[in-house]
Amino acid sequence: MTMSEGDLAVARINFVRQQTLEPQPPPSSMTGPVGWLRENLFSTPFNIVLTILIALLFLWIVPDMLRYLIFDAVWSGADRTVCLITPERPVVGACWPFVFERLPYFIYGSYPIPERWRVDVFFVMLAVAIVWLLWLNAPRRDLGVIYAFVVTPVCSYILLSGWSLIGLPKVDTVLWGGVLVTIVVSAVGIVISLPLGILLALGRRSAMPAVKLFSVIFIEFVRGVPLVTVLFMASVMLPLFVPEHLSPDKLLRALIGIAMFASAYMAEVVRAGLAAIPKGQFEGAQAVGLGYWQMMRLIVLPQALKITIPNIVNTYIGLFKDTTLVFIVGIFDLLRTIEVSRIDPKWAAPSTSATGYAVAAFFYLICCYGMSRYAQETEKRLRKADRR
Amino acid sequence: MSTELKAGSPPASVPFYNDPKVRSIAYQIALCLVVAGLIYGAASNAIENLQRARIASGFGFWDNIAGFDISQTLISYSNTSTYGRAFWVGLLNTLLVAGLGIIFATILGFIIGIARLSKNWLVNKAATFYVETIRNLPLLLQLLFWYNAVLKALPDLRDSVKIPGGIYLNNRGLFMPAPSAQAGFGFVELTLLVGVIGAIAYRYWARKRQEQTGQQAPVFLVSLGLIVGLPLLVFLLAGMPLKFDFPEAGRFNIAGGLEVVPEFAALLFGLSIYTAAFIAEVVRAGILAVSHGQTEASYSLGMKPGPTLRLIIVPQAMRVIIPPLTSQYLNLTKNSSLAVAIGYPDLVQVFTGTVLNQTGQAVEVVAITMAVYLTISLVTSFLMNVYNSRVKLVER
Repeated sequence: MTMSEGDLAVARINFVRQQTLEPQPPPSSMTGPVGWLRENLFSTPFNIVLTILIALLFLWIVPDMLRYLIFDAVWSGADRTVCLITPERPVVGACWPFVFERLPYFIYGSYPIPERWRVDVFFVMLAVAIVWLLWLNAPRRDLGVIYAFVVTPVCSYILLSGWSLIGLPKVDTVLWGGVLVTIVVSAVGIVISLPLGILLALGRRSAMPAVKLFSVIFIEFVRGVPLVTVLFMASVMLPLFVPEHLSPDKLLRALIGIAMFASAYMAEVVRAGLAAIPKGQFEGAQAVGLGYWQMMRLIVLPQALKITIPNIVNTYIGLFKDTTLVFIVGIFDLLRTIEVSRIDPKWAAPSTSATGYAVAAFFYLICCYGMSRYAQETEKRLRKADRR
Repeated sequence: MSTELKAGSPPASVPFYNDPKVRSIAYQIALCLVVAGLIYGAASNAIENLQRARIASGFGFWDNIAGFDISQTLISYSNTSTYGRAFWVGLLNTLLVAGLGIIFATILGFIIGIARLSKNWLVNKAATFYVETIRNLPLLLQLLFWYNAVLKALPDLRDSVKIPGGIYLNNRGLFMPAPSAQAGFGFVELTLLVGVIGAIAYRYWARKRQEQTGQQAPVFLVSLGLIVGLPLLVFLLAGMPLKFDFPEAGRFNIAGGLEVVPEFAALLFGLSIYTAAFIAEVVRAGILAVSHGQTEASYSLGMKPGPTLRLIIVPQAMRVIIPPLTSQYLNLTKNSSLAVAIGYPDLVQVFTGTVLNQTGQAVEVVAITMAVYLTISLVTSFLMNVYNSRVKLVER
């Protein structure tokens, strides 16, 4: 059967395209900045309303804040008169000369001026310790641990409080203040709470009823009450409980309170880490004949601490923020030095308070945000190790 | 090689001090002795120190006249009341600020937490910024900021900010009209009670009917009508038996009305805003913990987004959310003790501050304060454990 001319002519009219079309670019409203805006900001009427509201909020706050902190701010002057509202200057922003003048006080408190180099040395030693511990590719990190947990605390103590044998005059802790005290209190809390917390966590999981009971009572008691009352207890009850001549000074009392508090919280964090270790790890360790402490030191704790590092850092962030509470029992930490300075008659002006608090906020934000970023990075790194 | 192991008795070669049982008992006895020694030493020192300082011990001070004033009291109190009365005033103030704080922090926290999951980029980033900033600033700093830099910086009495509706705002606080019930208001209260009971009964009936027949009832609308509509109707019928006591601005003070002291406002603001940031994270983690397959399964069964959220996602997220949420509530309650820094008369400020200073009875006062917080914590965690064991997923 052959096709007639007419049939062929019909067959030549193709209703189906034989070459593939070049792919068209997506409509411009779906890609690029416009598409992104549509997708992320204006996808539904509700979203449009939200976007506009947030944008208005943003426009309301940010320019005002910039004006207050920079454009309307006072940058130089000798005392409060420059920061006062006058007919010629109806709007006054932040009072920066106050901060410039009081900065040494915010950092060192009343630490004697000729001895302040000792505090600087302490800051440098601490910075070295932190970098050595946290920088993953640092050389000899095992030495770093000894340096951070043994060498630095001993040297810092001698350096800061003085030792007449090597010619460093004594500096009473009443004179310490500002960032120095904030750092000392949090460093002591951080260094003490980890080992003590581990011991308490192990005690809480111990098979020995008496050990378990004491650990549980301590942890639950301290976690059940506010830090303020723990600090009050340390500052008003501790002197009663020891013979008069041994009575600890104010700073030491607060340190004891903070260390107790932080240890109880750390114990629960470590306990969660221990609970996450499969039973087989314990049994395996026992099967190869390890004793309790060997099992914990070599098998269980390294794994438990590794998985709980982010939580440990979070506890440290909480501790760092909580150190501000020593303010309440009369210790001159950073916040209290700011509080004292802002009501000083030389500088007390309407904008001084907010300026002082802005400085404190900046300090705590940098420190805490840095720590939390580090915790997040660690978490990411550890998750990589678990990926198959 | 034919040594026989007898079950139950350790091999003879192990000396008794290596026997785990003996060792464990020895450790525990040593620990008990150390703790007992510490307690004995502390107690005897305390007795000696207290006697030397001539401080009375015991709870006799409870009924003595306090002789100081408290700026905010929920129960009648004057400077001729006893220390015991002051304790109750402080405790009630703590509970008031904690209760209101929990409500505000929960609302704000849920909004921010859901906003952090929003697909709207701007909303998402704003919520993230809020959480990161607020969480990384010490609460005490925030409280001082609200109190000293915001509320105390308000204009003084003469230049009070006047808000329509008879509200005055100045650096002594916020003054609002105080509602006072007139004759006949009792009926409205009674209707409200009836409405609440009716709503609960209706909900119970609707659930029973749904279990039996599968038919759903408009529970929300009916409850709204019973709880809000009915009392409102009675209120209007009874001729609006509610009078407002407006604050009057005098020369030196504002008289009448309802006064919110700036200390209370600062503490409530600070606590709510701070805790909301933590609650937001709890909520976000809870919602993310519900697998997306649940949403898809629900849609494929033909459920609408609303019921999916209400019946599938939220109940499962709540299991994850509630335990950490409770500990945030406890944190808020404990953090309310920071009131002492800005002078709001809570338990710690009144009792551990003023009463301790006046009586010098550190041991008793601190012990009572701690016991109160401890009781609140333990009761809450007990209730939470009960709740948790009821709602937790039963696997296999």
